[in-house]
Amino acid sequence: MKIESWGRYPKVFGTVHRFDNEKTLHSIVSEQKALIAYGNGRSYGDSALNDNIVHTRPYDCLLAFDETEGLLHVQAGVLLSEILDVIVPKGWFLKVTPGTKLITVGGAIASDVHGKNHHVEGCFSESVKSFRIMLANGEVVTCSREKTPELWRATCGGMGLTGIILEATLSLKKINSQYIEQTTIKTKNLRETFEAFESYAHMPYSVAWIDCLAADSERGRCLLMAGDFKDDGDLDYHHKTQKSIPFNFPDFALNNWSVKAFNRLYYSKVKERVSYQIVDIDTFFYPLDAIGHWNRIYGKQGFTQYQFILPKETSYEGLDEILAAIAESGKGSFLAVLKLYGKENANYLSFPMEGYSLALDFKIEKGLFKLLDRLDTIVVKYGGRIYLTKDVRVSKEVFEQGYPQIEMFRKYRKEQGMDRKFQSLQSKRVGI
Amino acid sequence: MGYVLIVGAKSDMAKAVAREYAKNGYDIYLAARDTEMLKPLAKDIAIRTECNVQLLALDILDFESHQNWYAEIEEKPAGVVCAVGYLGEQTAAQEDFPEAKKIIDTNYTGIVSLFNVIANDFERRKEGFIVGISSVAGERGRKSNYIYGSAKAAFTAYLSGLRNRLYASGVQVLTVKPGFVATRMTAHMDLPKHLTAAPEEVAKDIFRAQQKGKDILYTKWMWRWVMLVIRSIPEFQFKKMSI
Repeated sequence: MKIESWGRYPKVFGTVHRFDNEKTLHSIVSEQKALIAYGNGRSYGDSALNDNIVHTRPYDCLLAFDETEGLLHVQAGVLLSEILDVIVPKGWFLKVTPGTKLITVGGAIASDVHGKNHHVEGCFSESVKSFRIMLANGEVVTCSREKTPELWRATCGGMGLTGIILEATLSLKKINSQYIEQTTIKTKNLRETFEAFESYAHMPYSVAWIDCLAADSERGRCLLMAGDFKDDGDLDYHHKTQKSIPFNFPDFALNNWSVKAFNRLYYSKVKERVSYQIVDIDTFFYPLDAIGHWNRIYGKQGFTQYQFILPKETSYEGLDEILAAIAESGKGSFLAVLKLYGKENANYLSFPMEGYSLALDFKIEKGLFKLLDRLDTIVVKYGGRIYLTKDVRVSKEVFEQGYPQIEMFRKYRKEQGMDRKFQSLQSKRVGI
Repeated sequence: MGYVLIVGAKSDMAKAVAREYAKNGYDIYLAARDTEMLKPLAKDIAIRTECNVQLLALDILDFESHQNWYAEIEEKPAGVVCAVGYLGEQTAAQEDFPEAKKIIDTNYTGIVSLFNVIANDFERRKEGFIVGISSVAGERGRKSNYIYGSAKAAFTAYLSGLRNRLYASGVQVLTVKPGFVATRMTAHMDLPKHLTAAPEEVAKDIFRAQQKGKDILYTKWMWRWVMLVIRSIPEFQFKKMSI
């Protein structure tokens, strides 16, 4: 059947395998030549696409919840949103959550996702105590940092290329409110944006929306949102009903002018330099989840997200050059998200490093990949890397230069027979 | 609100139905042959909803056991949902009668044996609801799955008769006719997206229809009209078709 991921590009025809216990999964893994786990289809590119996919989403039971210690044991297909429905009313929250809650726990580990608090809590794997995984030979092992460090470093951030994650135990964060006190800082250019990130680094959560079409003296202007949970004891959490984009937008709907107009409106809606708001969990962490199928606004050709990170020392220069290149190309993006990250972890392929990351959505159209190739050159020049979870087109050379531990990952895959059993279109393209 | 008995609880559809009833305040009996397999779901429901979940070992093909099996349930259920279904292999069933018999017994004979017992109890108590998940495949025999289809047709007719009988006692009987549903049973098929429901959608539809006291439910809704068209094709034409 037709399979696609969140970017809806590419669309491939493949066979979908489903399992309801370890035995049935074992026979799938031993019978098929090469396969890749597919969770809720929220990675943007081709990292979960192949001829044979194992659909892990239906493997979605909550197995144990220790409400006093804040430990949750789940099957890997469960969504973060389902977890929140259970834990928030009990005064717990995820230690690390990305900007969507519609992803599976298995996917969160395989992408080693991160959130607005990376500079404090690190990646998703930092909140995982242990997980169970089926390896290439069908053996199921319980993996932890201490017991199986190599498998841990390869699997967290390993894009599903070490096996099928079956279960995980997460350690949660105590909260005493479903509301967040948010500070919004409006900046005029990239220099001010950097200063704002530094001066709000003490806040546990921070992220900036950046106007990537603003040129010259306004280049890098942003709205920085920083916040922390309130302490008012209100945990009466119900997620809101979703609005949905009912059809694909026509191709002409998104263009340089409409994005520019949107960005200008969005930016000038905020009047004061510094303002304060009280917002709920869904508004603060998952604004886009409120709109179902929002990927349809990019039309039926699909879209991609270009996300890179630069080391802190070169971030300013690099971002300035990249923003100039984007503004010059005129290919704008509604969603341009900038964030300052904390220290990187030891996992072979985890994306974050200490520095600034920018994520931009682009409609798939003629000339786009040429622009992205050009941006790749700048990213490589400044010692940065590309996020595989969002990627659909990066070259082997550019990918390799960003991930110095790639050879260890390759060697481990080969030794364990994982390289032939677990493959995605992306792993074939970038040679991992 | 009492217990809802989910028969054939190992299926994807049953899982979704159990969660839906639990979410709405019912306690749950999960019944299947192998209760070991149901343990993760039992824990899941208890964590999500804090309702009571009990596991019951039931072999739908062991007809003689059904009377005692039901008698031993201490707190009798307020309603039952049967999600037992076995698609089987049409070609194997043509060649090999045991496969055909397994399809018929699982989808029809076994359920009749169990439902007879439950219906008698509900009739005496003058309360309860019975939900049978049949199939649109029972509306017209097609060469690709007519053994399965004929067992479902029989089940549909059984439910219709049961509804007629139990009306006087105030017991509701709901016949559910799902079209395509994305489950393990259909994972290998290339199903048209707009006609295919997720098990969770089906579960919501079932709960809503049951609570409203409906008799027959097509899910997704457009299957009512798809089947109207398929039923109205004249036989001399239909026999030449490949659908």
